[in-house]
Amino acid sequence: MTVTTTTADLSVLDGLLRRVTGDEKHAPSAHSTLDVLWVLYDRILRVTPDTVDAPDRDRFLLSKGHGPAAYYAVLAARGFIPPEWLDDLAGPDSRLGHHPDRLLVPGVEIGSGSLGHGLGLGVGTALGLRAQGLSDPRVYVLLGDAELDEGANHEAIAYAGATGLDRLTAVVVDNRSATHGWPGGIDTRFTVNGWTATTVDGRDHDAIAAALTAHRPGRPHVVVAVVAPKH
Amino acid sequence: MRDTFIETTTTLLAENPRTAVVLADISAVALEPAARRHPDRVLNVGIREQLMIGVAGGLALTGLRPIVHSYATFVVDRAYEQIKLDLDHQGVGAVLVSVGASYDGAEMGRTHMSPGDVRLFDTLTGWTVHVPGHRDEVEPLLRAAADHDEPVYVRLSTASNATALPGPGRLRVVRRAGPGAPLAVAVGPVLDPLLTATEGLEVTVAYTHTPRPFDVAGLRALAGRDVILVEPYLAGTSSAVVARGLSDVPHRLLALGVGGSDLRRYGTPADHDRWHGLDAAGLRRSISAFLA
Repeated sequence: MTVTTTTADLSVLDGLLRRVTGDEKHAPSAHSTLDVLWVLYDRILRVTPDTVDAPDRDRFLLSKGHGPAAYYAVLAARGFIPPEWLDDLAGPDSRLGHHPDRLLVPGVEIGSGSLGHGLGLGVGTALGLRAQGLSDPRVYVLLGDAELDEGANHEAIAYAGATGLDRLTAVVVDNRSATHGWPGGIDTRFTVNGWTATTVDGRDHDAIAAALTAHRPGRPHVVVAVVAPKH
Repeated sequence: MRDTFIETTTTLLAENPRTAVVLADISAVALEPAARRHPDRVLNVGIREQLMIGVAGGLALTGLRPIVHSYATFVVDRAYEQIKLDLDHQGVGAVLVSVGASYDGAEMGRTHMSPGDVRLFDTLTGWTVHVPGHRDEVEPLLRAAADHDEPVYVRLSTASNATALPGPGRLRVVRRAGPGAPLAVAVGPVLDPLLTATEGLEVTVAYTHTPRPFDVAGLRALAGRDVILVEPYLAGTSSAVVARGLSDVPHRLLALGVGGSDLRRYGTPADHDRWHGLDAAGLRRSISAFLA
């Protein structure tokens, strides 16, 4: 694994993030995902602006579609979208809304916003790749801890575990926003269904990268990235 | 119709490597031989209908052609938001194939009835809706649907007309009355009761197994002043389409179909046909009163 992040990269990213205006309501959730997103695009995902349609690319599905400022900033930093797009978030002529649309933004795999849809789509994507003999790509789905309240996720967690869907990685950014919490730890909801799990500090890039590559054959994998609670 | 669906789908899986089937336990036993031959393309997710549609969306995003099957009330009613977001909003299609129709499962009660399914597809855009009236209409409709990537809903029923009318989805005249006569349109398996009901009346009877897109050109060519619509799902489902198609032509419309209320009665599909006025006698009463 080549570590390519430089201080220059991160300051560019910071500048891009500041350009994404008009998303104050969701700012805490947007920023909670920044480090995970950066590590994914910087070190993990095998996808570039030139391969957004390549059948054997890795897939990244942002299920937690609200607060996508960090996502857009990372996409701009990696060249998927022009930085100018960040200046008019959700404006009348903008292709970037408060929830991303896959048909409007290059490199975005799913349109999301309504919670609880991404993991099911990710399961289907992993199954579709397998059925076509594409065994290299991995499918990463990013969710929030409160999003796990949606029952649709539990359908996907149980099924992916039962069938050993090992091309799938879920990333749960845990900023303690679930109304009733997840006593016993988020990871246990997955491991009891046959997943492997790693819980990490959601700001520690090396730890995140290690966790994102800690999957094992025959099992889906979840990375729980813990960040400061929502305020 | 369900057996034909199973046979055709099993054949399609063997012929067309793009096809995949997603199930939520319903009909899983019948498709087991196909699942053994194509384990990566016959996916039974268990009793998880939201996931069933999500998986179909994911499969379609990778370029496969998913065929999704369950009772109408589960694959459509229960998973409506998944249909809207995991298929429509992602810009991908699937072939959704239901059984159970409006009240084929009358003895199981309201939980297994879905008279509103076709109307729900009218809240989305671009869906082709097939309502075959005979098992021999099922295979060609499914084969055509498997051949492209657009969204298709196929509504199978245990109700059936005596004769199959396969072929394109245009309105087909089954009994022609004189010029300007009232036009009665039957969708799917309500054709036979409509033919009995209009016996001896000066009414042109036309048939379609494809209410969406509705054959508006055919409607305009056949319609006189009086138009009667007979549909095996919620009454008036196609009224808006007919009204738009005839907006510049003076006309009267009688829309017959399943009533909107929960009758809280079991019984047989024939009992429900009678209670909703969709048996020959009930149709005759409504049509005679309209034309009187």
